[in-house]
Amino acid sequence: MIISIASGKGGTGKTTVAVNMALSLKDVQILDCDVEEPNVHVLLQPKINETKPVYLSTPLIDEEKCNRCGKCSDFCEYNALFVTPEKVLFFPQLCHSCGGCMLVCPKNAITEKNVEIGMVKTGVAEGVELVFGELNVGEPMPVPVIKAVKKQIESNKTVIIDSPPGASCPVVESVSGSDYCLLVSEPTPFGLHDLKIMVQVLEGLKTPFGVIINRAGIGDKKTYDFCEEKGLPILLEIPFQRKIAGLYSRGIPFVVNMPEWKRKFQSLMDDIEGLMKC
Amino acid sequence: MLKQVAVVSGKGGTGKTTITASFAALAHDMVIADCDVDAPDLHLLLHPQIVKTQEFKGSKLAAIDRTKCIKCGLCKESCRFGSINDSITIDSLSCEGCGVCVIVCPEEAISLKERISGYNFISKTKYGTMSHARLNPGEANSGKLVTLVRHNARKIAEEEDLDLILIDGPPGIGCPVIASVTGVDAGLIVTEPTMSGIHDLDRALQLLNHFNILPLVCINKYDINRKNTEKIVKSCEKNEVDIAGKIPFDPTVTEAMVAGKTIVEYSPENEVSQEIKTTWKRVLSVLNK
Repeated sequence: MIISIASGKGGTGKTTVAVNMALSLKDVQILDCDVEEPNVHVLLQPKINETKPVYLSTPLIDEEKCNRCGKCSDFCEYNALFVTPEKVLFFPQLCHSCGGCMLVCPKNAITEKNVEIGMVKTGVAEGVELVFGELNVGEPMPVPVIKAVKKQIESNKTVIIDSPPGASCPVVESVSGSDYCLLVSEPTPFGLHDLKIMVQVLEGLKTPFGVIINRAGIGDKKTYDFCEEKGLPILLEIPFQRKIAGLYSRGIPFVVNMPEWKRKFQSLMDDIEGLMKC
Repeated sequence: MLKQVAVVSGKGGTGKTTITASFAALAHDMVIADCDVDAPDLHLLLHPQIVKTQEFKGSKLAAIDRTKCIKCGLCKESCRFGSINDSITIDSLSCEGCGVCVIVCPEEAISLKERISGYNFISKTKYGTMSHARLNPGEANSGKLVTLVRHNARKIAEEEDLDLILIDGPPGIGCPVIASVTGVDAGLIVTEPTMSGIHDLDRALQLLNHFNILPLVCINKYDINRKNTEKIVKSCEKNEVDIAGKIPFDPTVTEAMVAGKTIVEYSPENEVSQEIKTTWKRVLSVLNK
């Protein structure tokens, strides 16, 4: 079973839920798909077993063969190629690695070379297997790194995917293919606004989902009203407590010091399994 | 001369929008740009009145003419984004509109169509004109839309003869963040004294450094872990990064959000408001140096 955790708004507690849930269940693999700012390893402190680079194939132009016809730059939808009378200029940060320029070149002057854009690291902590990606600083495209992380999925385990914030392509890439998605929100106007956006994303993906309210007790009741109107199950509430916030600030998953919460995360898992059956 | 400052964070939920909205209320004569286009929240505090709406056509989408398709599968084999399934239909969410399927199709059954990926807006707020946008849920190309929001903000600044653009950035360090910070005069990184906050601050600093942008740091909720705050301060001193402000934790900030107001207006005497004012003064003095 693959369960992804998303939120829309950043900082609502996605990673907190992912890590504490992973530590409460058995036979778990956790994937950190927030490759721009991965934090699961900050809380789990795993022993890293393997580090693999992630490459993007980008065009390599043989200036001897090239006759500057301009077909490659005409084709490129991303404006990554620009042909001058003297040479072809290539802007790697705009390239989506579609391979089209290679196909349209009449002189076979284009081959591809691999450019490293990030890393995938694998490790273990407290019996939990962790895979996380890291986009190299300055690289714009997280999606290929997310794909590389998701290739490591071991579907015989309970797989927990921590998604990036926002509601655009990196989130879709992280969440797609999951059996269930948990939307972590906080009961504030910002939390609710971004929760509504994520609900639209998941409805588009046709992924079943439920809501977790973190920092329950702050803000207002409108998030609860919204869930009720929409018929969305609120599967767990984590209260706003100085103790939980304090542990998080020190990088400690709260179930470690508050083991009574393990039971709640186990019931959460039971509830998800129950909901999947109906 | 036009100055631009971007409020960014690396980690989400550190308080970028709360702080940017307060800056907008404190500053005068500036243009506001909300560059968090996939989960924008600034409008919830600034209540913009939309004056102009434009469609955003960020990318194209492959469309298959069923009457011409012979289901040879060449398009599926050539698509590097896995956007064409066995029954030869296009998955609009993963299609990046590259056009490879168009050129490999022997029957000329595929074409690229423009798609509307979102909307951008020019609005009036009581603090100044605002450029903002809304990416359709799940869409790609947020970087392009951010570039458009900033382009519009610069146009407004010229038209209104203003010399400051205040940018509310998205979390992360990828394309929309890069598009939000390129060419700005300073980037204010809002962080929090948590282990995750420290980790993400480091990557956000590397990003600003990579693009040669002057970094400033603001530690929000600094009193939730003073030891970590001390760590951030020391590390910033070592790297000669200016700490522009330290803002305490106060539930009044959430109360103000619920009331739909900036904290500096909701509770002007509150310590948070006082600290935000001090931070803004620092930012301005750095910009005008």
